[in-house]
Amino acid sequence: MDKLINDFSFGLFFWQALILLVLLFLLRKYAWKPILDSLNNREEGIKNALESAEEAKKEMQNLQADNERIFNEARAERDGMLKEAKQLKENIIADAKSDAQTEADKIVAQAQATIVSEKKAAIAELKSQVAELSIEIAEKVVRKELDSKDKQLELVESMLGDVTLK
Amino acid sequence: MHGNLGTEILYVMQKRTVVKILLIFTLVFTTTNLFAKASEKGENDGKVDTKSEIDAYIEHHLQDSHDFTLWSDGETGSHVGFPLPVILWDNGLKVFSSSKFHHGETVAEVDGNFYKLYHGKIYKTDAEGTINYDEDYHATNAKPLDFSITKNVVTILLVSVLMLLMFGGLAKSYKKGALPTGFGRVLEPLVIYVRDEIAIPNIGKEKHRKFMGFLLTVFFFIWLLNLLGMTPLGVNVTGNIAITVCLALFTYFITQFSANKEYWKHIFWMPGVPVIMKIVLMPIEILGTLTKPFALLIRLFANITAGHVVIMSLIALIFTAQNIYVMTPVSLLLTIFISVIELLVAFLQAFIFTMLSALFIGLAVQDHDHH
Repeated sequence: MDKLINDFSFGLFFWQALILLVLLFLLRKYAWKPILDSLNNREEGIKNALESAEEAKKEMQNLQADNERIFNEARAERDGMLKEAKQLKENIIADAKSDAQTEADKIVAQAQATIVSEKKAAIAELKSQVAELSIEIAEKVVRKELDSKDKQLELVESMLGDVTLK
Repeated sequence: MHGNLGTEILYVMQKRTVVKILLIFTLVFTTTNLFAKASEKGENDGKVDTKSEIDAYIEHHLQDSHDFTLWSDGETGSHVGFPLPVILWDNGLKVFSSSKFHHGETVAEVDGNFYKLYHGKIYKTDAEGTINYDEDYHATNAKPLDFSITKNVVTILLVSVLMLLMFGGLAKSYKKGALPTGFGRVLEPLVIYVRDEIAIPNIGKEKHRKFMGFLLTVFFFIWLLNLLGMTPLGVNVTGNIAITVCLALFTYFITQFSANKEYWKHIFWMPGVPVIMKIVLMPIEILGTLTKPFALLIRLFANITAGHVVIMSLIALIFTAQNIYVMTPVSLLLTIFISVIELLVAFLQAFIFTMLSALFIGLAVQDHDHH
């Protein structure tokens, strides 16, 4: 310790303090301030650039999401339209089918009615023809039967026999 | 020698302004270089071969000196280097060249006063240069106030100029573009390192800016001086107690003057403890403010001095060895090994000094919101 104090040179201390003060002042003004300011500016710039890049990325993502959404919506709309069209088509077909069915049923019913009435007419005609024919036949038979006088009398007698007096 | 040194630095820097300044330096150095032919033989023929002489030589190296000696020839006792101006205050300003002392071998006469250089200190003597001693073998002669431009002052100036050129250049390079070019690419990460690893973690992001100038200056100042101390220039600036005292005092004053109310409150009236403890703690805390910078100055001084002593002692092994052929490689290997460690220590001590300064400042300015 004694030696340390003995070695202490006030002159050197004085110069060191003076030089360090001047050096501090000069470096502060001409070196550290511009250096640190430039570093700060640069770092700030980098930070801002990164942030804006991030922002742009986000915006891009938003845009992409928007696009996706719009695309999905469009697709959904198209699907809906398709489905609707299909439904419509089916409905039309079904309608057409049922229409056709009723029409056909109607026609069939009409046809049946016609058939029935035709049949009735035919039967009636047939009946009348059969009746005429049977009368003609009967006429002929009768004529043949009654072409002799005996027979005519016999018939009258039998018929009179059938008739009972009331 | 200086020409070589000058051109070497020239190639590194490659700047016009640097060229001019170094040319002036080189001119001044080489013209004064021609002195220094003190050929009188010393008491022991100037040879360095015994242990006590090696001790003396190492001690001499560790001290500041009034001339810039690059090397000495032990056989002829001649020194190669250049003298430096001696500035004394002894009832008036006395300025003369240190060549008058002839490395302490002669008495310098200035304005009818006689001065002698003895163990690196200037004493006032009579015409014969008699030094009187007390019983502890300390010189009792009067010591004039010595403001000489010593070897260390020259080195400090050199480092200051270097720093101004290096960082002024870096600052200027930002005007051309956001990225530095050339040597600035090496310096910029170091500046960022000091800011991000030393200043901000200790002082905080909001308050660090005010102290950056001091921290950066001190960091590079100490580091460059530590590194210069490892060159064969043979300077030992950061291993000088006056330098470390000055640096530590700067930290001390900056800490005390930027301290906030909470800091003083913690020193004089510690909150949260009983009154009796407050009274006990007060002197301890006051002492604590002094021991912090004291530890700073001793740590730097002791580390650098120890490094110099170890390296010089290892080199000296060659001269004290019985068998020089065995000892030389051993000494060289050990010296290289320790030198590499010292290279690390050079950075480490600069880092630690700056780190602790930042820590002390941080303690003084931080907000004690958590209490």
